[in-house]
Amino acid sequence: MSNPDRTGEGAGEAGHEAITGSVDALPEGRRGGRRGRRRRGEETRVPDAEFRSYHGRPVLNQIVWEARDIGGYLFLGGLAGASSVLAAGAQLTGRPALARPLKYTALAAISGSTAALIHDLGRPERFLNMLRVFKPTSPMSMGTWILMCYGPLAGAAAVTEATGWFPRLGRAATIGAGLTGPLVATYTAPLICDTAVPAWHEGYRQMPFVFASSAAAAAGGMGLVAAPIEQSGPARRAAVCGALGEVATSTFMERRMGLAGEPYERGRAGALTRAAKALSLAGAVGAVLGRRSRAVSALSGAALVAGSALTRAGIFQAGVQSAADPKYTVVPQRRRLEERAAEEAREPVGAGTSG
Amino acid sequence: MTTDERPPRKGFFTDTSVCIGCKACEVACKEWNSVPEDGLDFLASSFDNSGRLSADTWRHVAFIEQRAPLGHQDSGVGRPEGTAGPVDLGMPAFEPPGAGEGGGQGDFRWLMSSDVCKHCTHAACLDVCPTGALFRTEFDTVVVQDDICNGCGYCVPACPYGVIDRREVDGRAWKCTLCYDRIGDGLEPACAKACPTDSIQFGDVDELRERAKRRVEDLHEAGVSSARLYGEDPEDGVGGAGAFFLLLDEPEVYGLPPDPVVTTRDLPSMWRHAGAAAAVLLAGAAVAFAGRRS
Repeated sequence: MSNPDRTGEGAGEAGHEAITGSVDALPEGRRGGRRGRRRRGEETRVPDAEFRSYHGRPVLNQIVWEARDIGGYLFLGGLAGASSVLAAGAQLTGRPALARPLKYTALAAISGSTAALIHDLGRPERFLNMLRVFKPTSPMSMGTWILMCYGPLAGAAAVTEATGWFPRLGRAATIGAGLTGPLVATYTAPLICDTAVPAWHEGYRQMPFVFASSAAAAAGGMGLVAAPIEQSGPARRAAVCGALGEVATSTFMERRMGLAGEPYERGRAGALTRAAKALSLAGAVGAVLGRRSRAVSALSGAALVAGSALTRAGIFQAGVQSAADPKYTVVPQRRRLEERAAEEAREPVGAGTSG
Repeated sequence: MTTDERPPRKGFFTDTSVCIGCKACEVACKEWNSVPEDGLDFLASSFDNSGRLSADTWRHVAFIEQRAPLGHQDSGVGRPEGTAGPVDLGMPAFEPPGAGEGGGQGDFRWLMSSDVCKHCTHAACLDVCPTGALFRTEFDTVVVQDDICNGCGYCVPACPYGVIDRREVDGRAWKCTLCYDRIGDGLEPACAKACPTDSIQFGDVDELRERAKRRVEDLHEAGVSSARLYGEDPEDGVGGAGAFFLLLDEPEVYGLPPDPVVTTRDLPSMWRHAGAAAAVLLAGAAVAFAGRRS
């Protein structure tokens, strides 16, 4: 280290992502519009908040999940769950050309997401150990059981659709998958928020709504890709509302998170998040304007599916970035302590002692 | 006590004011627990080359060099009154030898601290483990069962202290067990046994808390105003740690979170929000289909 007297003062580790020296931190809820990539030492609009760290190293251990596996898992789970909801609606309202591809989508997506989940395990052959316990304190345990309920239903819905066997059973499975689908699409929000990762945990109130709307956009987009326009009306409505909801809720979430929302604007996570919003908005506009054209509809649908995937990738990457920088762990916690101390100082002496 | 006798809660009190940075704890831990090599790296961060707690580092000695007076780290014990100040022991300084003005001791202090798993009262790693591999022992410590762990990696980002980690060559999660195999036999953990200055003290958590309180009072009386306890408070965000510390600076200087909170504290609210979002998705889809037929 060239500057040893700075250790413990937010000094950076060579080759580490954390910014060397005093790092600025924006006050909660005071983050303005998008800012470009800022270099060290550049002026900021708000005063720098000093924070201290151990040689600039992160407090948290880095997320060991692969972005492709678990980011993909978040996206595919949403696509599957919402596809089943739309497939059930299509089945109940007599739109077979919309129901069929969505049932296939649901089965393919849930198979892919389960494969991704197992692939990401350090010991994939021990996947079944997940079924040893039923543990409400672990979203992954609950998710496993949700998948165990939903997967066979989605599978039965798709297989009966393809083969034409047991139509009544297929109908029941379709409705069952449609009712459990929303859980598959949203439980992944508690899954990632129930961690110490600042960019995930701090958004736990909004994240389920981001995931639900993103799932609706993806499934609706899939409906636009696969179904003829005579039957894809509800998918179009779901897609447009989902995409607008996705952009609105994720923007709201990033702003409400305070400092922990900063990674969503920076680096790779920022690029992914911006691309996701652009694709989702473009897809929504295309889906509305191109509602008489099969080709434009399909193209818009594809943009929405891609937008949803990028939203999840951006959220995953923001989590990684927020875990890698001690700033996002230390500064909010330090502020919390200071606020608590200030509150205690304001309280009149002796008032709170007897409880 | 009932028939199924439950031993008192065991833990560590790590008094960093007497840590000399010998790393005997790191070595003893590796030896006893057969923890593999954690990388032969030169990290250029004082004498710390293991860097952080991880799957292969269950005790980690932090070294912090600060431009602050050494004075209040001087015990003053055994010095006759009226004699000259302490002899220069050639302690490290920021200036080359002889460059400092006026001799005496430069403003330099060296903080050392042996970090370890906190064995939280409310342990996030244990809460989120989907296989039940992590469990709470009869000593109120938190241990991973390596024959159950399937390496899902959920405990890693759940830990607010960055303790538990997945061993890449092996695929499973590992961390300090508070030497579960030793304490069951009435032995103290390997690190505490090896510590030459009793910086690492093992015992019943209640008694250690008392001892820590007295130690901090003694240090304050001796003028070490920067001494403070970390993790001993049962009212904190993790319900108090089974392994707590006496520090001489802010926790974040040692790489510890200043106000850790167990993430599962907010889980009931997370489930409620997720349930609401699922209901909105279902209702929204119903509305989409309720519109005119097209």
